[in-house]
Amino acid sequence: MDFNDSPEEAEFRARARAWLAANAPEVNWAQLDQSDEPAMKAAGQAWQARKADAGFACISWPREWGGGGESPVMQAIFDEEEGAYGIAFRFFGIGLGMCLPTLMAVGDAQTCKRFVGPALRGDEIWCQLFSEPGAGSDVAASRTRAVRANDGSGDWIVNGQKVWTSGAHYSDYGLLLARTDPDVPKHKGLTMFWLDMRSPGIEVRPIHQASGDSEFNEVFFADVRIRDCQRLGEIGEGWKVALITLMNERLAVGMGSGPGWRELLALARELPGADGRPAVEDQALREKLADWYVGAEGIRLTRLRVMTALSRGQAPGPEASIGKIVSARQMQDVATEALDRLDQFGIVAGEAGGADIAAFDYNFFFGGALRIAGGSDEILKNIIAERVLGLPADIRVDRDVAFKDIPRGR
Amino acid sequence: MNFDFSDDQKFLKREARKFLEAACPIATTRSVLDSRDKPFDEPLWRKVVEMGWTGTVIPEKWGGSGLGHTDLCAIAEELGRVIAPIPFASTVYVFAEAILAFGEDRQCERLLPAIAAGEAIGCLAVGEGRGRLACDAMTTRVEDERLHGAKIPVTDGDIATHAIVAARDDAGLGLFVVDLATAEGVRREPIESLDPTRSAARIVFEGAECERLGAAGEGKAQLDTVMNRAAVLFAFEQLGGADRCLETAREYALERYAFGRVIASYQAIKHKLADIYVKNELARSHAYYGAWALGAGESNLPLAAAAARVAGIQSYDFAAKENLQTHGGIGFTWEVDCHLHLRRSRQLALALGGISNWREQLVQELEARNQH
Repeated sequence: MDFNDSPEEAEFRARARAWLAANAPEVNWAQLDQSDEPAMKAAGQAWQARKADAGFACISWPREWGGGGESPVMQAIFDEEEGAYGIAFRFFGIGLGMCLPTLMAVGDAQTCKRFVGPALRGDEIWCQLFSEPGAGSDVAASRTRAVRANDGSGDWIVNGQKVWTSGAHYSDYGLLLARTDPDVPKHKGLTMFWLDMRSPGIEVRPIHQASGDSEFNEVFFADVRIRDCQRLGEIGEGWKVALITLMNERLAVGMGSGPGWRELLALARELPGADGRPAVEDQALREKLADWYVGAEGIRLTRLRVMTALSRGQAPGPEASIGKIVSARQMQDVATEALDRLDQFGIVAGEAGGADIAAFDYNFFFGGALRIAGGSDEILKNIIAERVLGLPADIRVDRDVAFKDIPRGR
Repeated sequence: MNFDFSDDQKFLKREARKFLEAACPIATTRSVLDSRDKPFDEPLWRKVVEMGWTGTVIPEKWGGSGLGHTDLCAIAEELGRVIAPIPFASTVYVFAEAILAFGEDRQCERLLPAIAAGEAIGCLAVGEGRGRLACDAMTTRVEDERLHGAKIPVTDGDIATHAIVAARDDAGLGLFVVDLATAEGVRREPIESLDPTRSAARIVFEGAECERLGAAGEGKAQLDTVMNRAAVLFAFEQLGGADRCLETAREYALERYAFGRVIASYQAIKHKLADIYVKNELARSHAYYGAWALGAGESNLPLAAAAARVAGIQSYDFAAKENLQTHGGIGFTWEVDCHLHLRRSRQLALALGGISNWREQLVQELEARNQH
C-alpha cells in the first residue's frame, strides 16, 4: 500500500502543477468576496474558460465533446492540486457533475455538440429541476405537467412548480423532469427535457430557508413552451434518464464543509470549561473529538480507495456511497457541540459572536439541509440496503396504480 | 495511488479464505468453546504453522517468509472472519512483533525461528488488575534478573511457551522475556474468560528467570510501540469479524419471515444493516491506513493505529450486537453463532486496552499536530 502516483499520474500531476503555478497566482482567491455573487460568477467563468483552453476542464470527459479523454483519476489529481490554491466555485458543480453527464448519456450528437462545449468552458451554467413540493425523496411523484400543444407543432407546454433548485437564478439552462402521462403508473409517465431558463413563463423565486439564508429557489412554470427536440430520451422514459442524473448526484453532492473536528479542537483550547480549565481537557469532549476524526478521516481515506480503483482502471466499489451519510450528520453534530461548549454565549450570533462562531452557526443549520439534499439519510440507507446489500425493495402501494389515482396528502 | 491490497495480496487473501473455510469451520471454534480442557485447537494451529503464517513477516534468515506487514494484515482479516480459536494474535501480532522491534540478534535467533516453526507460543503479560493500566503503578518487579509479581489477565497465558512481561527495576519500567516452559518460579492459573475460544490465565512470578528486551527503563515507549503495531493487526481481525456479522445478519434477514414477508424488506432492518455497512467501510479505510503506517515507519503510526483501533472496535462491537438483534430470540441461544462474534468482539476490544485509551491517544496526537 502506498499513496504514490503511477508514472503517467506523476507526469500529469507535474503538468497540472506547472500550469497552476503559472496561472493560478494571478488571482487573489482569498480576496474574492463570496457574498458578491455576480463578481464570483465572473471570476469563476474566467477561470473555467482558462482551464478549458489549457485542456484542464472536464479532464475525464470524451475528447469528441472537448473533454480530456483521461481517466477520472486524473481529474481527481487536478482537483487536489487546484484545491491547494483554495480555488472552489459553486456555479459549475450541478451542470458538470450531473446535467451534462446525463446529456452526454442520452442526448443526440447535435445536442451534445451544442451544449457540452459552452458548459465545459463555464459560458453556460445549468441547474437541475427535479424536486417538487410533493416530490422530494419520492421524486418520481413529480406533478409538473408537460402536455403536447394542440397546434400540431409537436411542442410541449409545461405547467407546475419545482423546488430546492440550486442556482436557478443564475443558470442558463435546466434539466427538467416532467409528467407527460398521468394515466400510467408514476415511473412510466415521466419524460426528461432540457430548457432555456429565460423561456417566457418561467419565474424563479428565492426560498427563505430555515437558516435565514436564501441559497435555493422555487421555479414556477406557467405555459412554458418547449420544442420536442428538447426532449432527452423517449417519451415515458424520463425516470431512467433521471436515474443517470441521480447516480451522478450522489457522487457530486457536497461533503460536509466548514468547521469540523479541527476547528472544534481549536475552539475548545480557548474556551474555559469546568472549573475554568480549558474545555479541551474535558474527557467527554475528547472522546467525541476522537470519533469525529474517525468519521472525517475515514471518509477522506475511503475517497482514496475510490481513487485507487479508478487509478487501476476499475469501477469504484459501493463504498463511495457512505460519504454524505457520515459527513452531513457529523457537520450538524460538531456544530451543536461547539455551541454547547460556548455555553450561554452559544446563543450569540452575527457580529457579536465572531466569525468562528458564525461558521459553526452556519453548519448548525446547514447540516440539516445537507442531511436531506441529494438523497436524505434515509433514502441513502435504502440505496445501500438495496443496491449494495441486495435487500428487497420496499413494498410500493403506488406501483401499479395510475399516477392520477395515487392518494395525495400534503 | 495504491490504497488497497495488491493483486498478490488479494490472491493471498483468497487462498487464506479458502484454506480457513476448510480448516476452520465454525464447528472448530465451537469445539474450543464447549470444552473446558481445550484451550485452543491444536490441529488448526499446526495447519496454520504449516501454511507459514506464524512466520509471515519474520525474515528468511530467521526461518520466516520475509513478507511485508500488509500480507499479514490480509491473513489477519481472514482469521477474524472465522473467529479462529488459536493463539495467533498473542504470538504473531504481539510477541513476534515485540521481538522484531526490540530483540538483540541472539534473542531473534533463538525466538523467531521457534515462532515460525510453531514451537513457540507467545503472550503479553501487562495487566495486574481492574481498571486502566497505569505504568507508574505497576508492581511487578525485577531484581537480579528475577521476576516477582502477578499478571492478570494474560490472553493465552496458560498455553504460551514465552511471555513478554512489563515490570519495573531500578531503571524504571522495562520489558522482559520469560521462558514460561522452563523457568522455575512461574505459576500459571487458567482463568475463565468472556471469550472461551481464546484462553486466559493469571501468571504469578516468584523469582522466575527473565531477560531484558531492549533498553532499560524504556518500557513505556516500548509498550506503546508493541500496542500500536498490534492495534493495526487487531483492526484487521475486527474488520473480518464485522464483515462476517453483516453477512450472517443479511442471510438471516433474507430467510426469516414475519408479518408475511422477509424481515429484510423492512426499513428498520435495512437501515440497521446499512448502518453496519457504513461503520465497516470506515473501519476498512482506517485499517488500510494503519497497514500503510505499519510499513512506512513510525511517525504516523500512533495516530493511524489509534484511529484503526477505535474504528475497529466500534464496527465489530456494533456489527456483533446488531447481528444478534437481527436474529431475534434465536440469536440469543447458545446454538446459534451470534454470541461467538459478540464474545470475540469484546475480547479484541479489550485485549490491547479499551477504546477510551485509544481515543485519548488519538486526541493527543491531533493536539500535537494542530498546535496553534
